[in-house]
Amino acid sequence: MTSQPLLRVQAVSKTFGAIRALNGVSFDLHPGEILGIIGPNGSGKTTVVNCITGFIKKTSGKVFFRGMDISSKPPHKIADMGVARTFQIMRPYYSLPAYKNLVIPLFSPRAKRTGGWRGGGRLGDRNTVGIDILEEIGFERDSFVPYKLAATLPTGYLKRLELARCLALKPEIIICDEIFSGLSMSEIASMVPLIERLQMDGITLIMIEHRLRELFRVANRVMVLNFGEKLIEGAPDEVMADERVKAAYFGSEEIEEVMCHA
Amino acid sequence: MSSEQRRKERIDRGIKVRSEGIYALMSIRELSYLILPRLILIAGLLVLPMALPGMYWQRVLTITCIYALLAISFDFLAHHVGLVSLGGAFFVGTGGYLAAILNTTFGFPPWLTIPLATLAGGAVCTVLLWPCLPLRGVYFAIISLMYPLFMARVIEALDILGGTDGIMGIDSFTNRRVEQYFILGVMLIILFAVRRLSTTDLGLVLRGVKDNDQAIRASGMSVTYYKSVAVFIASSMGCLGGACLVHIYMWSGISQFALDFSILPIAATIIGGAGTLVGPVLGCLILVPISELLRDFGTLRIVFYCLILVAFIIFRSEGLMVFGSRKYQQFERWTRI
Repeated sequence: MTSQPLLRVQAVSKTFGAIRALNGVSFDLHPGEILGIIGPNGSGKTTVVNCITGFIKKTSGKVFFRGMDISSKPPHKIADMGVARTFQIMRPYYSLPAYKNLVIPLFSPRAKRTGGWRGGGRLGDRNTVGIDILEEIGFERDSFVPYKLAATLPTGYLKRLELARCLALKPEIIICDEIFSGLSMSEIASMVPLIERLQMDGITLIMIEHRLRELFRVANRVMVLNFGEKLIEGAPDEVMADERVKAAYFGSEEIEEVMCHA
Repeated sequence: MSSEQRRKERIDRGIKVRSEGIYALMSIRELSYLILPRLILIAGLLVLPMALPGMYWQRVLTITCIYALLAISFDFLAHHVGLVSLGGAFFVGTGGYLAAILNTTFGFPPWLTIPLATLAGGAVCTVLLWPCLPLRGVYFAIISLMYPLFMARVIEALDILGGTDGIMGIDSFTNRRVEQYFILGVMLIILFAVRRLSTTDLGLVLRGVKDNDQAIRASGMSVTYYKSVAVFIASSMGCLGGACLVHIYMWSGISQFALDFSILPIAATIIGGAGTLVGPVLGCLILVPISELLRDFGTLRIVFYCLILVAFIIFRSEGLMVFGSRKYQQFERWTRI
């Protein structure tokens, strides 16, 4: 891996009252890789994301993006630097059509700066760019789906919309919070190539997942969290062979399945 | 046929579909379908000052327009940005006092004090409301209700800005027609401008703030900044109303911080249809004259007023404008299931 990590998380801790949600978690994210973060429920996966992106204040620890300390920056500043995230609980702008959902991030300072379009796409408006991005992410261009209200879209499309909202920013890092959960097998099967394409386009990804088998198809490295502490970090098969991970996931069918396949 | 086997079906009228987008240019019929309702509103309002008998009702119409400005401001903030503001009176008072000071102390004429008070008042209101912008929903409502009360008490207690007597001797408009048509015109322009704003990209971002402010943050935009932009726009409208008001009455006093200016626009918005912008204007056109008519009943005025409000809320809870536009654009029929 390259010497300078794109993102460095240094001994980040977070306590909610008496509960230690995160306890000194550190890891590096290298340019172009896909890092999977897994762990049982309540192990602090989403808290890590919230700490990196500034949505909650860290109790202690530091986060560096390209060597710059972003620990105390507000969320919109961090997103503006190119760290985009999706939300585990999808919350699109329900009252707007799908493509208008993308007009909003396209209006952001970062999109105006990085997009290369002057206030819009080739026709000079953000609506067109929005539809372009939706097509890239798997909305059929000539269908009526991009024009439907976000409130009426099924989960599969909403997950894609979350991802599309990140792409509109032309980010350097996308942090996906359980982007596969709640999707059918076929929907996941069509999402996986999408993730691979993003990686080929040079975007670095952090993926928080419960769907281990699908994650292991795309992830280069996996980090396991348990009770807010980093258990192990390494290649997917190494990690799964570790006894402590087995103990943490004890009884989980998914992991047994993965173990059998490995 | 029992009612269980039937349901009401709503279908867009053919003409509505035909007059969408560029297709409206197909024929005069499609065009007039779009233009006619707007024309009726504009022409109706412009004719009204001529048609109304006597100075009293003409003055009521002018006051109605000022309330309409406040109602548009409330509707914009509440339903397009998600900030429920009870600070209408604060906006009116700030604009009013600023215009009064500019006029009496600096001797500026009304055509200068009104735009100045609008912009400066908007800035003052935005700066003062800035600390409360992270609040959402009912918390923002409560805090914004505090501001007009606070200002009135400060002026009263410190005896500044004329104290309880207010500031007198403010210039009036050159004549009655100028006053009526200026306020009417400004109100109509602002109505259509805000309507246009709500569909621009900035308007979409503001709507995003209402729907999902976390996603706005995740898109690299400061929620507080966009809220303050919205508050500036809305409070400027209120200040404009206040500035006009002091030039009409030639007097500025703490009654401009009275809660009428906060409450009546909300009632008008409920009656007219939330989020429609033109609905609140219609609501004001109904409520303000009604409250004047009810003066004959003396103390019972409030009782009747409340009854009318309750009736509207029970029988037309969606609002007149939502109801009206649905009837205009769709037809309903019973179908068998």
